[in-house]
Amino acid sequence: MILGVSIYEILSLTTILFFIGIYGFVTRKNLISVLMSIELILNATVINFVVINKYMFPDKLEGAVFGIFIIAVAAAETALAIAIIINLYRQITSVEVEDTTTLKY
Amino acid sequence: MEQIIFYILAVVIIGMAIASVTSKKMLRSVIYLLFVLMGIAGIYFLLDYNFLAAVQLTVYAGGVIVLVIFSVFLIHHIEMELEMAKTLKKIIAGSISFVGIATFLWVIWNYDFKVVENYNAIEVSSIGEKFLSVGDGGFILPFEVISVLLLAAMIGAIIVAKSNKLTDKNVTKS
Repeated sequence: MILGVSIYEILSLTTILFFIGIYGFVTRKNLISVLMSIELILNATVINFVVINKYMFPDKLEGAVFGIFIIAVAAAETALAIAIIINLYRQITSVEVEDTTTLKY
Repeated sequence: MEQIIFYILAVVIIGMAIASVTSKKMLRSVIYLLFVLMGIAGIYFLLDYNFLAAVQLTVYAGGVIVLVIFSVFLIHHIEMELEMAKTLKKIIAGSISFVGIATFLWVIWNYDFKVVENYNAIEVSSIGEKFLSVGDGGFILPFEVISVLLLAAMIGAIIVAKSNKLTDKNVTKS
């Protein structure tokens, strides 16, 4: 644990980060920006896992292990999303959320 | 000392995250996101999770950000300004976020966490043993599943990103 910093302060930090991500997710209109907001949300959750593991169950490792799993899944998700965005750009030359109606059938 | 570093990191993370979701220029917002991710790696270092901090720096700051920057280069002009949301939508989203933050903070600060005093660092070798242990509480099955998932995501990304013309030609040839 961090000397002089309680668990409440770190959880407050991650809460604020999470909701900044939600705000970006709602207001952004560009697909890549939406993806970046998702990264913010995922990072906030990973810090939560790690902090709760460190402060409350210091002799266990599950928090760190789950953090690594989340990072791996997020990396796979980003790679796939970027591939989809680039393919979409080839077909409709736009990555705005409102123009992406190609898959709506 | 550690307290001061934590507060500096917290201010950097929150400020850069706000800049990242409100910046008008695409590339700048990606660079702000890079600062956020590095600040998060700093928090992992403060918590003595050295391995997780290294993974964060290599996977996020090294991999994901480069991928996003490349796609921005491929898709946008560098100086292109993003289309912003309407002011009303921004206000609604901001107030919803504030309500969410207030609710979550109220719940967190009213909950009595059973904190255990400890300052022992976690060694990388114990994380590795946890991952590859087949005994009780081992993570060997999720570890293998995640490796298959990464392989599938890699192949899927290649197939999705391949241009349509190329696939059509392949289909007509075969």
